[in-house]
Amino acid sequence: MANYKMQMLVCGGTGCKSAEADGIVTNLEKAIVANNISDEVQVLTTGCFGFCEKGPVVKILPDNTFYVQVVPEDAEELVAEHCVKGRKVERLLYVNPDTKEIISDSKDMDFYKKQMRIALRNCGLIDPDVIDDYIARDGYQAIGRALTEMTPEDVIDVIKDSGLRGRGGGGFPTGLKWQFAAGYDADQKYVICNADEGDPGAFMDRSILEGDPHSVIEAMAICGYAIGASQGRVYIRAEYPLAIKRLEKAISDARDYGLLGQDIMGTGFEFDIELTYGAGAFVCGEETALIHSMEGERGEPTTKPPFPAESGYWGKPTNVNNVETFANVPAILLKGADWYSRIGTERSTGTKVFALAGKINNVGLIEVPMGTTLREVIYDIGGGIKDGKKFKAVQTGGPSGGCLTEKDLDTPIDFDNLIAAGSMMGSGGMIVMDEDDCMPAIAKFYLEFTVEESCGKCTPCRVGTKRLHELLEVIVDGKGEMKHIDELKRLSRTIKSASLCGLGQTAPNPILSTLDAFYDEYLAHINDKKCPAGQCTSLLSYYILEDKCIGCTACARVCPVNCISGEVKKLHVIDQETCIKCGACYDTCKFAAIEKR
Amino acid sequence: MAKIKSFADLKKIKEDVQSQVALREKGENSDNLVKVRVAMATCGIASGAREIMTYIIDECAAKGVENVVVTQTGCMGYCYAEPTIEVVLPGQDGVVYGNVDQKKALEIIEKHIVEGTLVDGIIPQTHKTIE
Repeated sequence: MANYKMQMLVCGGTGCKSAEADGIVTNLEKAIVANNISDEVQVLTTGCFGFCEKGPVVKILPDNTFYVQVVPEDAEELVAEHCVKGRKVERLLYVNPDTKEIISDSKDMDFYKKQMRIALRNCGLIDPDVIDDYIARDGYQAIGRALTEMTPEDVIDVIKDSGLRGRGGGGFPTGLKWQFAAGYDADQKYVICNADEGDPGAFMDRSILEGDPHSVIEAMAICGYAIGASQGRVYIRAEYPLAIKRLEKAISDARDYGLLGQDIMGTGFEFDIELTYGAGAFVCGEETALIHSMEGERGEPTTKPPFPAESGYWGKPTNVNNVETFANVPAILLKGADWYSRIGTERSTGTKVFALAGKINNVGLIEVPMGTTLREVIYDIGGGIKDGKKFKAVQTGGPSGGCLTEKDLDTPIDFDNLIAAGSMMGSGGMIVMDEDDCMPAIAKFYLEFTVEESCGKCTPCRVGTKRLHELLEVIVDGKGEMKHIDELKRLSRTIKSASLCGLGQTAPNPILSTLDAFYDEYLAHINDKKCPAGQCTSLLSYYILEDKCIGCTACARVCPVNCISGEVKKLHVIDQETCIKCGACYDTCKFAAIEKR
Repeated sequence: MAKIKSFADLKKIKEDVQSQVALREKGENSDNLVKVRVAMATCGIASGAREIMTYIIDECAAKGVENVVVTQTGCMGYCYAEPTIEVVLPGQDGVVYGNVDQKKALEIIEKHIVEGTLVDGIIPQTHKTIE
């Protein structure tokens, strides 16, 4: 094997790939050949580095140089300068936006300083398509140890003692779940990995599967050993083509090595995994709906009990865990329950992966110990709010969660604290909002999602969410009355208590939490017929200011409905009757002569 | 692909493939490692810095000296004494050696890197590395 002196890692996550990461790899390889250093420098494609904001990312090791926003045309310079002459290409290094300091080592970036990577331990470090890379990073050691040195009960005890809780949103203790499934006798049991990630703006599970698929495969096998199952299924949405491709390759490589199949490592243990594709219905993240969908039925939830641990896939005892939950398992088994339980808070151990999105400087994928505060995540890691705007709220838990505000910023993040603050952990989507976001409109957005995604089985959710959405529509249209607020509250209570599954039970949360924290915004829409954030088009009008308009006609030319009239070099006027409030004139005017109010 | 038939087989494969990710793991952990920077500007390369760099990497691997991360850097300014290398022990200031040939490199590995004692050939530093 060639003894490489230097490795160039190119991010191969979906984000960077769509920004021409493949072209970077090709050009780097060409340049390396041209410079005659192919036996010294190796180019590798890895999983997501997390710093999606500045992708595509190229990291050079061992000196840990972190190049951002690289384009294929930069490849030649990178190789000629960095690899051959040992000079860093400064223009591609990350610049700290506050201090303007150029940072070359990723370890010195604020984005990485407060992170702790357990579930993402291999993302951005190994080539996900190379099983040997995973093995070199202690891959499959945990299943090896479990099979040769531990009983299934021992494995369950370690997971229980670690305090690991379900990362899909529910936060149910994983060890306990395994114990239940292990407790039922059956001729066949199943381990299911829930990769039906559906929250808007969330991409934790996708990134793990794209960057480190073997960790999930290994963990599923460990779970199979613990509960007595020989069959595993991954329920993955068909809209994750790259994750599916990498997972399929990983499963096939694991089979070739004999790490999946019969008589694994000569211990007599048998386990294999198949993929089942989902069509992308949000409700299928609920475990009973997921199982029905896998069986070819409609993706609708059913009442629990019976829990899947007793009667799940094809009526057999089944254990369902989320991708991120599984990704933690091999590390826990290797390093011990003590190690894991010392990380995080008392009742929420370990770390959590979050997908940072919205009006934040460093959009990306992060992993922090439980107990980190929202302020640290948003300001230290996330780099604060875009364009120097004011922070307004952060939405966690997706359509099931709620909005947290300024007063919650110093709350340590864990399962229980977020619920106490009126939101929830959810699967890890974190959407940051600034002063320009209208909260009743945000609530309406989430309700649109739940109306669309409600499976239609039970009335409170099917009809109730639709009615909630209509009420919100009335309010943002400026036709709301105070009685509508009472109706929203009453209907929300009914839906929460009468719905069958989590989708309905949590669907009103975005409304309740915004009503609680931003009541005055609802009042402004209803009483003053104003949208304080200037987002609700029905409640605002565009006017041309007499003293600023120079009559350049730019606005009149972009107006799609020709409602702006006026002669050249004379004041223009907007006809309020025909104006559709698209804002095109506002964006076009170079003289700040158009005002929205 | 040979089948893994036992836990011992897996451990064996891990040993074989360990070096594939060693560079990457070193990068993650570079604060606790001995850093060797080889000056690789035109002057350095012309004087054989590339060969010296390869020699140091191979020799460290052969001797099982694993706490070393060898990187390249630009011209340090001591063109009269190329090839030059800088050795930085964790938590200490760097030391620059000039006119490093294979014999000197071996001595530096054995004495400075492994035992922590300085050897002859140190160039008084007129530069400072800003991390």
